[in-house]
Amino acid sequence: MDLKEKLISSFMAFENNVDVDHPVHDIRSSAIKNFEEKGFPTKKNEAWKYTSLNSLQKVDFSIFPKEENTIEYKDVKKYFIHEIDTYKIVFIDGIYSSYLSETTHDGVDICLMSSALTKPMYKAVIDVYFNKIAAKDESLTSLNTAFSREGAYIYIPKNKMPKKPVEILHFATGNEATLMLQPRNLIIVEENAELQVIERHQSLTSNEVLTNSVTEIFAAKNAIIDFYKVQNNVSTASMIDNTYIDQKDKSVVKLHTFSFGGKLTRNNLNFYQNGEYIDSTMKGVTILGEKQHVDHHTLVHHIQPNCESHQDYKGIYGEQSTGVFNGKIIVDKIAQKTNAFQKNNNVLISDKATINSKPQLEIFADDVKCSHGCTIGQLDEDALFYLQSRGIPEKEARALLMYAFANNVLESVRIPELKARINKLIAKKLGVNLGFDI
Amino acid sequence: MLKINDLHASVDDKEILRGINLTVNAGEVHAIMGPNGSGKSTLASVIAGKEEFEVTKGSVELDGEDLEDDAPEERAHKGIFLSFQYPVEIPGVSVTNFMKTAINESRKARGLEDMPANEMLKLIREKSELLEIDRKFLSRSLNEGFSGGEKKRNEIFQMAMLEPKLAILDETDSGLDIDALRIVANGVNKLKSKDNAVIVITHYQRLLEHIVPDFVHVLHNGKIVKSGGKELAHELEEKGYDWLKQEQAV
Ligand SMILES: Nc1ncnc2c1ncn2[C@@H]1O[C@H](COP(=O)(O)OP(=O)(O)O)[C@@H](O)[C@H]1O
Ligand SMILES: [Mg+2]
Repeated sequence: MDLKEKLISSFMAFENNVDVDHPVHDIRSSAIKNFEEKGFPTKKNEAWKYTSLNSLQKVDFSIFPKEENTIEYKDVKKYFIHEIDTYKIVFIDGIYSSYLSETTHDGVDICLMSSALTKPMYKAVIDVYFNKIAAKDESLTSLNTAFSREGAYIYIPKNKMPKKPVEILHFATGNEATLMLQPRNLIIVEENAELQVIERHQSLTSNEVLTNSVTEIFAAKNAIIDFYKVQNNVSTASMIDNTYIDQKDKSVVKLHTFSFGGKLTRNNLNFYQNGEYIDSTMKGVTILGEKQHVDHHTLVHHIQPNCESHQDYKGIYGEQSTGVFNGKIIVDKIAQKTNAFQKNNNVLISDKATINSKPQLEIFADDVKCSHGCTIGQLDEDALFYLQSRGIPEKEARALLMYAFANNVLESVRIPELKARINKLIAKKLGVNLGFDI
Repeated sequence: MLKINDLHASVDDKEILRGINLTVNAGEVHAIMGPNGSGKSTLASVIAGKEEFEVTKGSVELDGEDLEDDAPEERAHKGIFLSFQYPVEIPGVSVTNFMKTAINESRKARGLEDMPANEMLKLIREKSELLEIDRKFLSRSLNEGFSGGEKKRNEIFQMAMLEPKLAILDETDSGLDIDALRIVANGVNKLKSKDNAVIVITHYQRLLEHIVPDFVHVLHNGKIVKSGGKELAHELEEKGYDWLKQEQAV
C-alpha cells in the first residue's frame, strides 16, 4: 500500500476518534476528497519541478503515534530559547506535553488547537477563522486539514500583547520507526495587538520523520507579528511547511526562516494583503551541506493599494546540497502604489551543489515599484585577498565572508537571545570559531 | 629589509611587471611614482601575495627570505602591510570585529594567546584617536558606505593597529582633503621608526611634502626607469610624464 492509500484508509480510523458532528468535520471530509483526487504533487506540477516527494512516499510512515511518550526537560533544554522566559506549546510525537509546556488564558489565549476545535467557548472564533485562508485546492494543505486535530492555538485580543514570546516546539522521539506528523496551527492577532512566535521541529533520533504542517495567521488592523522558523533538524527529518497569512490595514508581519538542516524541506509561505498600508516581510538564511534540500516557495498577493512587501533570502550551499527559491509576486489591477522588493543571493561553495532561483512576477497595476534580483556566485576573491592581507588565514577568511554574507539578514530579528543563538548556529554550520563575540 | 630581484609578473599571459629591481632598507621611505597603468598597484599586490598575478621570473625577499611560497596571510604575519588603492567593502563585519580577528590571528601565528579584551579596547581607542576616527565609525560594517577619504583613513588605522615592518601605501592620498591628508600623514610619521620602512605609491608631490621620501622611483611599463632623491618628485610634478614616453621612444 502506498502512502496515499494508507492515509486515505487511516482517515476512517481517524473519524472514530473525533466528533463527526462538529462543523469542522465537514471541512475535513471535503479536504480528504481533494487530497484523494489530487494525490501527492509530482514533478509534472510546475511548482514541484525541483522537489520530489517520490522517495518519501515509499516510506511506510506510521500515521498515528502511540500515546504518551515522555522526554526530560534537561535532554531538550538546548532546543528552547532558555535564556529568556517564554510561553511554550510543546508536542512529543504529535501529542501535547503539558509538563514541558507553559500555556496561558490570562488576557490572551496561548493554548491548544485540540481545545479550540472541541470546546464550545471557541466555536465562534473557529467558525470565523478555521481553514479560511488556507488553500482549499492544494493537496498537501488539504491532507493536513483532513487530519487537523492538534497544534498551537493563539488568540491575542485587541490592544493586547503577551508578556513574552511564544515557542512552539515539536519533538519526535523515535519511539516509532517512522512517523508522519501533521500539526495544525491557528494564530489570530486582533487590532493593535502584537505577538512574537518561534517555531521549531526537532527529531531526537535518526528515525525517519515527515512533518506536513499548516499554519493560518490572521493579522488584523495595526497588528504586529514576528514569526521565526528555526529549521535545523537531523538529516532523516523532512518538512513540508504551509503557512498562510491574512493581513488587514497597516498590519506588519515579518517572517524569518532559518534553514540549516533536515533532509528535505519545503516552505510554502503565502501572504495575502487584504487591506491598505500593509507591510509583509520574508527573510531567510539557508546554509546546507550533505545532500540536504530546501525549497522556498513564497507568494505575496498584493490585493489592495499602498502596500509593501520585502523579501531577502540568502543561501550558502555546500557539498551536494540543493536549493530552490521561487518567489511569486502578484499585484492586482487595483493595487496601485505597491512597493514589492525581492532579493535572493546565493553562494555555492561546492561544484556539486546547485540552486534554482526564479522570480515570478504577475503585475496587473501600472503604478507600482517592483524590484527583484537574484545572484548565484562564489565568494569575492578581492574580499578574500583583503582579509588575508590583514593576516586572516584563507579558511577563516572564507568562513568570515560567508558569515558576513548570511548574518546581515539577522538585523531585523527582534529577540536578542534568538539572534545570538542564530548567529552561533551560523558560525557552527560554517565551521568558524569567530575571533569575537557575537 | 625588502629586496626585489628582476621581478616579472603577468596576469592571463599578459606581462605587467617586466624586471623590477628594488631594495628597501629599514628606516627608509621610498616613493614610487608613474603614469596610470604602469604597474604600481600590481607591484604592491605581488609583494602582498595576491595569487591572481603569476610571478614568472625573479623574486621578492623579506629579510633574506624568499616569499614565493607564502600565502598573503603569512606575509602579513611577517610584517607586510598593504594599504589598498581600492579597499573592499565587507558588509556584516564591523571594523572592530575585523581588527580583533586580524590581530588575534597574527598573534596566533606567533604562538601568542588572544589579546585580552581590555588591552584590545585600549589599543583601538589609542589608534583611533591618532587618526581622529569617531568611535561610532568602528561599529559600522567594514568600508560599507564609507566615503573615499574614510576608506583611506581606515586603512591607515588598520596599519596603526597592526604595526607592520613594511607598509605599502597605494595611492592613499587620493580622495583625501587637505585636513585628512595631514591626519593620515601624521599617523604614518608617528609609526615610522628606524626598524620599519614605507613604500608610498602616489601621483602627486602633495603627500610627499608630509611623508618625505629618501628615494623616488619612476615606474613605467612595468620597469623602474629612473630613481633619485626627493627632488625627482618635484621634477616630475613640473614636467609630468610625457618626457618618459619620448625617452622610451628614443
Ligand atoms: N587583474 C588584471 N587583469 C588584467 N589586467 C590587469 C589586471 N590588473 C592590472 N592589469 C593591467 O596591468 C596594468 C597595470 O595596472 P596597475 O598595476 O593597476 O597600474 P597602476 O597602479 O600603475 O595604475 C594595466 O594595464 C592594467 O590594465
Ligand atoms: Mg594603481
